[in-house]
Parts: sequence; structure tokens; C-alpha cells
Amino acid sequence: MNQRILDEFRALVGERGLISSVEELHTYECDGLTNFRVLPQAVLLPRNVEQVQGILQICHRERMPFVARGSGTGLSGGALPVENGIVISLARLNRILEVDLENARVVVEPGVINLDVTGRVSPNQFFYAPDPSSQSVCSIGGNVAENSGGAHCLKYGFTTTHVLGLEVVLPDGSLVHLGGRMLETPGYDLTGVFVGSEGTLGIATKVVLRIVKRPECIRTLLAAFPATNEAGAAVSDIIAAGMLPAAMEMMDNLAIQAAEAAVQTNYPDCGALLLVELDGPTAEVEALMQEVDAISRKNGAWEIRVAQTEAERAVVWKGRKAAFAAMGRISPNYIVQDGVIPRTALPHVMEEIARLSRESGLRVANVFHAGDGNLHPLVLYDRRIAGQEAAAEALSSRILELCLEAGGSITGEHGVGEEKKHMMPKMFSEPDLETMQRLRCAFDPLRLANPTKVFPTPRLCGEKPGEYVPHPVETAGLAERF
Amino acid sequence: MTIPQAIDEQLRSIVGAQRVSGAPADMRCKVVVSPGTEKEAAAVLACADQAGLAVIPQGGGTKLRWGNPPERADILLSMSRLDRVIEHAWADLTVAVEAGCTMQNLQDTLAKQGQRLALDCLWPQKATVGGILSTNDSGVLRLRYGALRDLIIGVTIALPDGTLATSGGKVVKNVAGYDLPKLVTGALGTLGVITRAIFRTHPVCSGSLTLGFNAPDFQAMQEKVLAIQNSQLAHAALQIRASRAGGLEADVLFEGRIAGLQAQEKRLHAVIGAGVASADHRGWRAKEDLWNDARAESVIAKVIVIPAMLARTLETLKSVAAAKGLTWKAVMQATGIGWIRMDGTEPGALASVAEIRNAAEANGGSLTILQCPASTEPMDCWGATADSISLMRAVKQQFDPKRTLNPGRFVGGI
Repeated sequence: MNQRILDEFRALVGERGLISSVEELHTYECDGLTNFRVLPQAVLLPRNVEQVQGILQICHRERMPFVARGSGTGLSGGALPVENGIVISLARLNRILEVDLENARVVVEPGVINLDVTGRVSPNQFFYAPDPSSQSVCSIGGNVAENSGGAHCLKYGFTTTHVLGLEVVLPDGSLVHLGGRMLETPGYDLTGVFVGSEGTLGIATKVVLRIVKRPECIRTLLAAFPATNEAGAAVSDIIAAGMLPAAMEMMDNLAIQAAEAAVQTNYPDCGALLLVELDGPTAEVEALMQEVDAISRKNGAWEIRVAQTEAERAVVWKGRKAAFAAMGRISPNYIVQDGVIPRTALPHVMEEIARLSRESGLRVANVFHAGDGNLHPLVLYDRRIAGQEAAAEALSSRILELCLEAGGSITGEHGVGEEKKHMMPKMFSEPDLETMQRLRCAFDPLRLANPTKVFPTPRLCGEKPGEYVPHPVETAGLAERF
Repeated sequence: MTIPQAIDEQLRSIVGAQRVSGAPADMRCKVVVSPGTEKEAAAVLACADQAGLAVIPQGGGTKLRWGNPPERADILLSMSRLDRVIEHAWADLTVAVEAGCTMQNLQDTLAKQGQRLALDCLWPQKATVGGILSTNDSGVLRLRYGALRDLIIGVTIALPDGTLATSGGKVVKNVAGYDLPKLVTGALGTLGVITRAIFRTHPVCSGSLTLGFNAPDFQAMQEKVLAIQNSQLAHAALQIRASRAGGLEADVLFEGRIAGLQAQEKRLHAVIGAGVASADHRGWRAKEDLWNDARAESVIAKVIVIPAMLARTLETLKSVAAAKGLTWKAVMQATGIGWIRMDGTEPGALASVAEIRNAAEANGGSLTILQCPASTEPMDCWGATADSISLMRAVKQQFDPKRTLNPGRFVGGI
């Protein structure tokens, strides 16, 4: 990187806020998706919003792309650095600024860890609802970028449901406030479009969150089925009975084996395990739990356990939440996918995944949020065997195509990032993608914020679809096509 | 008032001659155009955009006067022919519906499978999906089920340049691409015309129970409301009804199995003490009644504050109304969203509303005027703009650079 710019960054954030040695930069070359790696030019760790503004003003002046990074736990390469760009880590903006229990609001900086929000308000029987499996390490800023979900979003909604307001530094360094502390503010719902924009619209420096009162009673039921079809039928019947559980999770036999090997949860050895969590007033939950029990048995469940204590409930969840990491116990390498299907397509899609697995000779473990059709197929492979990684990637992409063919989505909660941007034209038409670009151009006309993610080779702002004509910004040498 | 003949002919060739007609005398538009398909709607927009004509999209026409008066109005784009429920995938808890479908028709279709869109909007017999989305009209169920932004999962919009674009999808969980369904929800049709929407549905609850209680004054009422909010009760709705006539009542709605409802009733007694009684379901129509028994000179506004400001907002309302001798009514939800009506001769009512707006804005809230007398001096119905207004204008510029759609009706003159 140009020494003059580096000096300017150093003057802004101090010696300890700037990383530029190659050895240290390697820490930031990827996020949770480790098969994509790019070395950034520098990493900056601002301590306050003024420093973030200063950094982006320099980037804007120098036409230098930047990537914001939270805890780096993302699974789609959203925080992967871009060539010739810098990484801005928000890890030092990590204060909980305000807790307003009366109005059920918490104001945080983006580097605050998800679980720490709940930790702060749990003595008052509140919790922060979005609960991605990485919640003990992932940051609120990252959750905002990815619109993170989690097992309990079936009932409680995603990050976007719980973010009311944002302080955002736009890619030109200016500061704006979107939304606020109220449920609504007059004007466009720019908070709603910023959440889930994967760092392509700017950097959030302050987040107003909504917290939720802890329900009076929580009950977790574990049911063992012969196979996923039977468990899936039970899920359909639970929904048809008019219930909205807090969570419904399913694991197939391979996933159960892995979880068992990793965290010894003593799950039943079965073809499919269904975990149903109900919460609310005790009398209501007890009545519904009986219905879930009956529905499960009717659909072939041969063993049903209900966690009797908070400790037992924690053990049940431990296996589910550790499922991704547990794959390391049964396979040297694996790819996690995040496709979504209309839940009713589950039997067909599971059959197809099994067929593709057989044909490719690669094992696929399945963990999914059964209530909302969000699949997490884990394609297992061994990188040391020639050709297996490519075969696993091909199988993984084919599974996403299956999801699209079933009327679903390529991602339910991990984001598009670097990994799935090539799939976007399979899900959306050219006019759909072009319309999304209009939004991006309003926020970031020079395309400096995480420019290579989400969209495949996006046009420059102001460029019309059709035959390629160089944009004036290109011909002036102010920007280049990636 | 007419539009150029060549444009009129173009419009007739797009939608059919009988689907282009003169506008009613009370409308500012010159012509009414009723497309029968999404493509026709997009083509009408492109035609208007190229000709520099302004378009006012219309659903059921129930909220056509919300927002500021448009700066220009040429074509009233009626979406009433796009009225189909496209697909109710009940087992997947989703429904795809055209924008011109009325809420009642949608709910009737969903009810056949024991489901509903968990939203109680104004005038469901007439109000359409597109209109409800564009005006972001939600009701008391918002407390439990969220607002439209939480229920919509996919949208198709027609843009002024004729583009038809889809965003989101038909699965409940989906983070692929930008969330344009949220962008157009509440945008008052200033970015594009919604042609279809996909929603998540909820089961119709097996039972419900409405309970009510009183309080001697606003502060005591707020304390009770906050105590319920701060409890582990699982209420679906909670509102305060107040009026100059002295009424000050609250309604609580519970939904669920009978055993659960009985337990909730007991818990409510424990939380707020004596005075809880069964209440009439009709209390939930209080918001709509603000319009139903309004007079020509009434001013109706939506006020949004944080929940702990409910009492102070009602106090302000009471005192400014008393100073000008006005009667008033208010319905305030526990979420901090409320609707107020002031009745009295002009300009007293509007000046009073301005004072309430100042108090709300001073604490980060807002007040939007939804109805005021035709004779009134123009007053911006949206109030102060935030520092994001230039970003909003940039978004408008990208989607509707010629300001074809509802010019001037939205926030900050957008």
C-alpha cells in the first residue's frame, strides 16, 4: 500500500489500530469460510465512529475498496478481503451503550458479542432473540450485515425484526441515522434494507436493538423417528394443528453420529431426530406439549424425551448447536450449505440429496431448521484425495439448485457473500438484480463497500443494461471493473 | 382536463379501450387506467414516464388522501383488476396475492385452511394488499405478530421505466439479495407500484379472550400497561382508549387454548390487581371508529413515541385540546403507536396537532397527519425530516428519476 495513505491511516487510528505486516494480515485473510483467502492491504481497528468516518473519507478520496469485519465467523465469505482493499475490524467498538428495560431497548456498538446482550439483560428476565449457533462469538455488527437467524427465529423473527435503528457511516464517510428507538419512523425503511445487505451499503457504528421478555415456561421435546420423512410429516402436522413452536430442528443419522462423537449428548441412535421447543404461559405450553407428543407418536416416533430441567435442555441444544463443528469428528473437511425450501418439498429434496450423495460417493449429513425449511446439508470430503474438493463443491452447488427448483432460496441465514454470488442469477432475473443495484447506487455510487460480494459482476452505477460501454468513472481511471 | 390524445391512445392499446376512463370530478387526476396484468401495469407506467405524466397508484381508494397532496396528478392507476389470490401454500404457511386483492378476500381464502394474515388493518372490505403495504397500515396484532415488514417475504414491483422486478421469495427464511419488500412497504407508492406480494401466514388461533381495565389517570394507566409489557404474559394486543369525554380504558387480547386463556386471565389479575373484567371485542375497532364518526373538520393523526411516553403524549393531547376548546379521542397501543382525533373549528385543531407533534419529535418520535379538512392551510403531514433524508432522495432518484410516481406526496417532498 502507498506509504502516504498508510501514514494517514496510522495517524488516524494509532499504531495499535493498524495492522500492515504480512504475517499479521494472514489472520484476516478469510472468515468462517476458509476456502476463499485474500490478503488485505491493511487492517484498521477503529475505536470510535469518528475514526470510522475518517477511514472511509480516505477510502472515498483514494477510491479504495473496504470490507467491514465483525468476529469473522461468517460462513459465506462476506468478510473476505478484496484485492487492493483494506479490512475495517469493528471489534474495538464493543460497548453496550444503553439498556432501557422500560422500553425494552438496548443500544450497542457493532463489536458487541450477540450473547453478551442477553447476558446483560437476563437478570431482568429479558433476552435478545436472534440466536445463530455462533452466538457466543459472533458480533451484532456481523449479525446486522447478514440478517442472522438461528433456531428460534421460527417464532421470534430474524435480526431485522429486532433492529429498530442504526447509526451508519456511508461509503463517502458521512454519518446518517436510520430508524430510531421507535417501531417506525416516517420515510423509507432504510433500516430494513441495510440489515442483511452484507456490508455493501456502509458500516453500522451503533445499533438500537429490541429485547424480548423471557417466556414463563420453556419445554424441549426430543423425538426419535425412523427417517427424515416421518419426522417431516410430524412437523407438517404440528403446523396444521395451529402451533407455532419457538423452534423445530431436525438432524439425520450422520449428523447425530457426529454430534454424539463431539459432545456426547446421548441422543437416541435413529434415522432422524426432531427437536421441538415450545414456550409461553405454562398452561398453554403443557397443553401443546401433549399434542406434539401425540403427533410425533402418530408419525412413527419410537422414543420421546422431554427435557425436565434447564440443564437437560442445555444438553439437548448443545448437540444441535455443535453439529457443524462436530463434522470434524467424522470427516477431515466439509462444506456447509444454507439452502431453503418450502417445507413441503422436504421428502423430495431429501431423496434427491441422498441420490446425489450416492452418485458422487460423498457423504452428506443433514441438519435443518425444520419449521422454516432452512436446510444445512454438510457435504463431507477429504481435501487430500485428488478431485474430492471439486466434487464436493459441485455437489454443494447442485443441492442449492435443487432448493431453487423446489421454489426456495440459496441462503436462509448465512448470506450470499463471495461463495454464492454465482448462484444469484439462477434465483433472480436480470431486471431483479438490476433493481437491487439501484439501491446500492443510492448508498454507494462508487462501489467501495465490499464491492465484489453478493452480486455477480455488478454494473457500475449509472450504467444501463445491454452492450458493454465503459462507464465515465472507468474511463477517467477512478474505478475499475472487477 | 385531458391528457394528450397520442398518450391516451397508447394507454388504450395497452389495457383495452374500455379500461381507460375519465377521472371522477373529485379526483385531481385526468384519467383512470385499469391494467389487468402486471405487464400492463408496467407498460402503463413506462408510457406515463416517457410522456412526463404523473401517476397516482390506487388500490381500494380508502387512503388516497394520505400523504401530502401530489404536486402533479395525471393518471390514476387503479390496481383493482389484479385481485387474485395466486397461491396459498398453506402447509408452507405462505400466500402469494396480487396487489389489488382486498384484505377481506385474502383473509376469507386463508380461513378456508384455518389460517390468516396476522394483521388487522383499516377497512378490510375495501382496502387492498398493495394499498395496505404502501401505507404500512397495521393494527393491534402488531404487538405479537409484527408489522407488515415482518409478514411480507416477497414482492414484485413495476418501476416507472417499465421494469418488473421481484425480490425476496416464497420461503419464510431468505437472505438472498437486498430486502426490497421492506423498501416498498410504507413507501406510499413513490418508488414503484406493488403488483404482487408474498406473505407468511399464521394459524387462526383456536380461542381468544378480551379483557379490560380502567385507571384513574394517564400515568396510572401507563404504569399498568408497562407492567403487563414487563410481565411474562403472552398477550396478543394491548391498547389504551381515551377521550375528552372522560373515558380511559385498556383492552388486552389473549389468544390460545382454553387452558392457557384461563391461566392468562389469572396472571393478568396478579399483575395489575383488581378491576380486570371481560370486555367487548368491539373495543378493538376503536381505531377505525376514529374515522367512522369523524366530522368534516376533524383532524386525525398517527403518533409514534416510545412506550414510556404514552402518558405524557396523552397529557399533552388533553391540555392542548382544553386550551382551544376541542374534543378529542385517542387509541394508543402499548407499542407506542397511536392514533388521535381532534374535533373543532379550524385552525385550532391543526395548531393543536402541531403542538403534539413538537412534543413527540422532541423525544425522537413523530406525528403524521392522515386526515385534515380540505379548507385547511397546507401543513406538511409528515413533520421534520431526519439526516437520512438525502439518502432517501437518492433512493427515489434511482428508482423514479423523473418523479413520475406520487410526486411530492411523501416525506421531505419526495
